[in-house]
Amino acid sequence: MIHAYQIVVLAPYVAALVLVAIPGYRVGAIANVLASGVTFGAGLWLIGSARRVGDYAIVDEFNIVFIAINTLVGFTTALFSASYIGHEIETGRLPSSFVRFYHAMFQAMMGSMNLALIANNIGVMWVGLELATLITVVMVGLYRTPQAIEAAWKYFILASVGISLAFFGTILIYLAGQPALGEGVPAMTWSLLQAAATRLDPAILDLAFIFLLIGYGTKVGLAPLHAWLPDAHAEGPTPISAVLSGLLLNVALYILLRFKMIVAGQPAALDPGPVMIVMGLVSLIFAAFMLYQRRDIKRLFAYSSIEHMGLMVFAFGMGGPLANFAGLLHMAMHSLTKSGIFFAVGHIAQAKGTQRIAEITGLSVTHPRLAVVFALAVLAICGMPPFGVFASEFLILTTTFAREPWLALLPAFGLLVGFGALLMRLQGTIFGEPVGPAHRVDASSVPMVLHLLLVLTAGIYLPPMLVVWFRRAAELLG
Amino acid sequence: MNQAYEVSHLLAGAMLVTSFALLYQERIAAVLNAFAAQSITLALAVAWAAWSQDRPDLFITALIALVLKGIVIPVALHRTVQRLGIHREVEKVVGVGIALVVGLALTGLAQALVLKVAHATASHAREELALALAIILLGFLMMILRRNAVTQVVGFMSMENGLILAATGARGMPLVVEVSVAFSVLITLFVFAVFVFRIRERFDTIDIEALDRMRGDRR
Amino acid sequence: MTMGDLVVQVLAQGAQMFFVLLIAPLAVGVVRRVKARLMRRQGAPLLQGYRDLAKLLRKESVVAESASWLFRSAPVLIFALTWVAAALVPSFASGLMFNWAADVVALVALLGAARALLALAGMDVGTSFGGIGSSREMMIATLAEPAMMLIVLTLAIAAGTTRLAGVADFFIAEPFAVRVSLALSLVALIIVALAENARIPVDNPVTHLELTMVHEAMILEYSGRHLALIEAASYLKLVLYLSLLICLFAPFGMAPATAGVGGWALGLLIWTAKLLGGAALLGLWEVSIAKMRVFRLPDFVGIAFVFGFLAILLAFLTRGAVE
Repeated sequence: MIHAYQIVVLAPYVAALVLVAIPGYRVGAIANVLASGVTFGAGLWLIGSARRVGDYAIVDEFNIVFIAINTLVGFTTALFSASYIGHEIETGRLPSSFVRFYHAMFQAMMGSMNLALIANNIGVMWVGLELATLITVVMVGLYRTPQAIEAAWKYFILASVGISLAFFGTILIYLAGQPALGEGVPAMTWSLLQAAATRLDPAILDLAFIFLLIGYGTKVGLAPLHAWLPDAHAEGPTPISAVLSGLLLNVALYILLRFKMIVAGQPAALDPGPVMIVMGLVSLIFAAFMLYQRRDIKRLFAYSSIEHMGLMVFAFGMGGPLANFAGLLHMAMHSLTKSGIFFAVGHIAQAKGTQRIAEITGLSVTHPRLAVVFALAVLAICGMPPFGVFASEFLILTTTFAREPWLALLPAFGLLVGFGALLMRLQGTIFGEPVGPAHRVDASSVPMVLHLLLVLTAGIYLPPMLVVWFRRAAELLG
Repeated sequence: MNQAYEVSHLLAGAMLVTSFALLYQERIAAVLNAFAAQSITLALAVAWAAWSQDRPDLFITALIALVLKGIVIPVALHRTVQRLGIHREVEKVVGVGIALVVGLALTGLAQALVLKVAHATASHAREELALALAIILLGFLMMILRRNAVTQVVGFMSMENGLILAATGARGMPLVVEVSVAFSVLITLFVFAVFVFRIRERFDTIDIEALDRMRGDRR
Repeated sequence: MTMGDLVVQVLAQGAQMFFVLLIAPLAVGVVRRVKARLMRRQGAPLLQGYRDLAKLLRKESVVAESASWLFRSAPVLIFALTWVAAALVPSFASGLMFNWAADVVALVALLGAARALLALAGMDVGTSFGGIGSSREMMIATLAEPAMMLIVLTLAIAAGTTRLAGVADFFIAEPFAVRVSLALSLVALIIVALAENARIPVDNPVTHLELTMVHEAMILEYSGRHLALIEAASYLKLVLYLSLLICLFAPFGMAPATAGVGGWALGLLIWTAKLLGGAALLGLWEVSIAKMRVFRLPDFVGIAFVFGFLAILLAFLTRGAVE
C-alpha cells in the first residue's frame, strides 16, 4: 500500500529520472507539468489522508500546510515555465540542450523540498533542504553569464556555510537528545525529541539553536545573512526565482520552526521567541529601506521577500495561537503572491527585454492586460485590501498590538517604508512614456492570474475549513 | 583515561593543526597538500572511531574521506591548477600572521562555547566536539580570508571535514545521516567543479575579486 | 644529611656542570659531521670543536676602537649565563643539589639575559652588520620567547610544577600519556630551539651571507678569546636545548636522585647517547631543509607561538574534561 506522503516525495524524483531521458523541449515541458500535477494531486490527497507519525516520516497539520502550498506552487510554476522557457530558447538565452537538464533539476528540487517537509528525522530534513539548495545553485547559474555565475557562486558560498552550521546544530541536538533517548535513530527523530523536550540538556539546546538559527536563517534570507538572496533571484531563470521566493525560503523557515518547537519545549533553555523577534525585525526594516535603492526589478522583489520572511519570523517569534495563525497565513499568502509577481516579472522582462527598472516604463500603454495584473499583484504584496496579504499582515499587527503595543510600531513602520518603495517603483513601470522595445509575450498568464485570484479570495472570504486547519497547525506550533 | 580516547583525541588535534597549516600556506599546491593531510587524518580518526566504538559502518565514511578527499580531489585540483596555469600564490585578504591570530581566537571561542554548555555530555565527546567546532570555524575563516576560488573550495571541504569529525564524535549517530552527508559532499564537489570551470571560461582567472567587479546591482 | 652525602651531592652537581661543558663541542662536531657525510663530504673530525676553541683561546683578541666595556665584558657574561642555564637542566640524574633552581621560568630568564647582552654587544661597535643581526635576533626573540613561556605553562598545567625535575618525574611516571597538547608543545619547543640556536631554516650557522645571517652578524666583530667564549656559549646552548627536549619528552633512563654513583654513571651513558643521537637528528634535519627568507621568519617562529597557544588551550580543554 502506497501512501500519499510517499508519492509526494517519490513522484518528483521518478519524474526527474524520466525527464533526463526526454530530449525534446515540448514533450519535456508537458511531462514536467504532468509530474507536478501528480505531485499536486498527492498533496491534495495528503490533506484528506490520515495524520501519522512514523520513524522517518511525519504528517501533521503543520507540515501539510507547507506541503500543500509547495505542491500547488510547484504545479503552477511548471505551467509557467513550460511557456517561459520556450521563449528563452527562442531568444537564444538558453541552449536547448539544457532544457532536459533544467526539467530534471526542477523535479529533483521539488522532491527534495517535499522530502525535507515530510521528514521526521532532523538529519533527513537537513539532507532534503541541502539537496534542494544545491540544485537551485546550479539553476541560478544556468544562463552562464558573468553575473549569473557570480550570483551562483555567492549563493553557493553562503549556502554552504549555512549548510555546515546547520549540520553542526543538528549534531548538537542529537547530543542533547542522546542521554534521554539513547543512541541511534531515536535521538534524531523529531517527534521523540519534541516529546522528550523537558529532559534535554538546556545548555546544549541553547548552543544548538544558535547554530540552527544562523544556519537555516541563511536559507530563510534573514539579514545580515541575506547577501546571496537578491543576486540569486535576479540572475536565475524567472521560474526559479518564483520557486526560491515562494517555496525554498518557506522550507527553511519550516525546519527552523520545527527546531523552535523542540527548544521551546524545554523551559530551562533560552526562549527562542525574542531572538526570532529581533532577527525578524532587523530583516524586515533593513529590507524595507533597501527597496528604495534597487534598479533591477527582480532584485526589488527579492528584497521584498526578505522583508516578508522577516515579518513571518517576527510573528512566529511572538508565538501563541493567534500570532502563529497569522504567521502561517502570511506565509501562504506571501508564497502565492510573490510567485505570482515573479511570473508577472518574467512576462515583463520578456516584453521589454530587460530587468532594469529604469527601462521598464509605460506598461499600461504597451501591454495593458499585463500592467493590470502586475499592478494588482504589487498592490497585493504591499498589503492593500482586499487581498489576503492584507488580512494576514493586519492580523499580525493587531495581535502584536494587543500584547505589546509598542512593539507593534516597528513592524508597522517597516511595512509602511516597504509600501512606499514598492508603490514608487510601480508607478514608474506602469505609467509614463513607454521607451525601448515592446515584444509580444508568449508566456502563459494563467498561473499568475490563478495565484492572484486565490489571494483575492483568501482576502475576501477564508473558508471555515481552512481556518480550522490553520488554527490546528498554529496550535501545534505552541 | 583510556587508550581509545587518547588516540582519537590525538587525531582530532592533528586535524586542528592541519587546519592551521591551511591558513599558513602561501602556495596553492601546499594548501592542497595540507588539505590532503587533513583528510587522511580524518580518515584515520573515523576509522579509529569505527574500530574502538565497534561500528563497522563508519569504515565506509573513513574510506570515502581517504579516497575521495585524501587522494582524488587533491590530485584533481592539483591538475586543474596546473592546467589552468592560475597564479601559484594564494591570494589573501590579510597576512598570514593576522589570519593565524584570528584562528587562535576562534579556537578559543569554540572551546569556550563547548566547554560552557556541554557539562552533561561525556568528556570525550565534548573534547572532540570542541576540536571539530574549531576546525569548522577555521575552514570558515579560510573561505573568508582567501580570495581564490580553489582555496575557497578547500576551505569549504575543510569545514566538511570538521563536520564529519563532529558526527563521528557523537556516538551512535545513525548511518543514514553519514551516507547522506558523504553523498551531499559528492554533489557539492560536483557543483564546485562545474563552477571552477565556468569561472575560468568567463574570466581567465579564478580570483573571486574579478567576480566582485560585476556586482549586478551597480551596472 | 651527613658531611659525606653533602660532598657527594656537590660532586654530582659539579660533575653535571663539567660534563655539559665537556660534551658541548662534541655535540656540535656530531651535527657537522652528519651534515658533511650526508652531503658526501669528508667533513671535519668529530673533535674539531675542541680544536677551534683551543686555537681561538690562544689567539690575540682584536677589539674595535669604538668598542666600549660592554663589548669586552659581554662574552664572559654570556658564557657564564649560558653555562649556568645549561647546567641547571637535569641531564643524567633528576633531583640533584640545585634542582630547585632548575625552573623553566628561570631558564627562560637566564637565556633572555644572555640574548639581550649579545644583541647589545652586536650594536656596540656600530657596524651595520651588528645592527642588522641584533634587530633580526630581537624580531625572532619577540615571537620565540612568548612561545617558550606558553610551552612552559602547558607543561606546568600537565605536571603541576614548573620545576624541570618535577616535570621529568611526571613524564617518567606516566610514560604513555599521548596528549595532543604535549605533542604540540614538543613541536613548538623544537621550533623555538631551532630559532634560538640559529639553525636552519631560521639561520645558517655556516655561512656569512649578509642577506640572511642573524647570529653570525652579531658576533662578526669578535675574535680571539672573546670569540671562543661566545662560540662555547652557543655550543652550550645547543646542548641545553637538546637536554631540555630529552628531559621533557624522552626522560627514560634518567637516574633518580638517590641512585648513587653507579646509577649516575649509567644515567650519564644513556644521556650522552641520547644527546648525540639528537645532534645527529639535527644534522639530518639541516641537510633536508632549505633556509627560509628572513621576511618569512616571523611566520615560521609564529608557528611555535600558535602551537604553544593551541597546546595551552587544549590543556585546559583536557583538564576541563577530566574534572
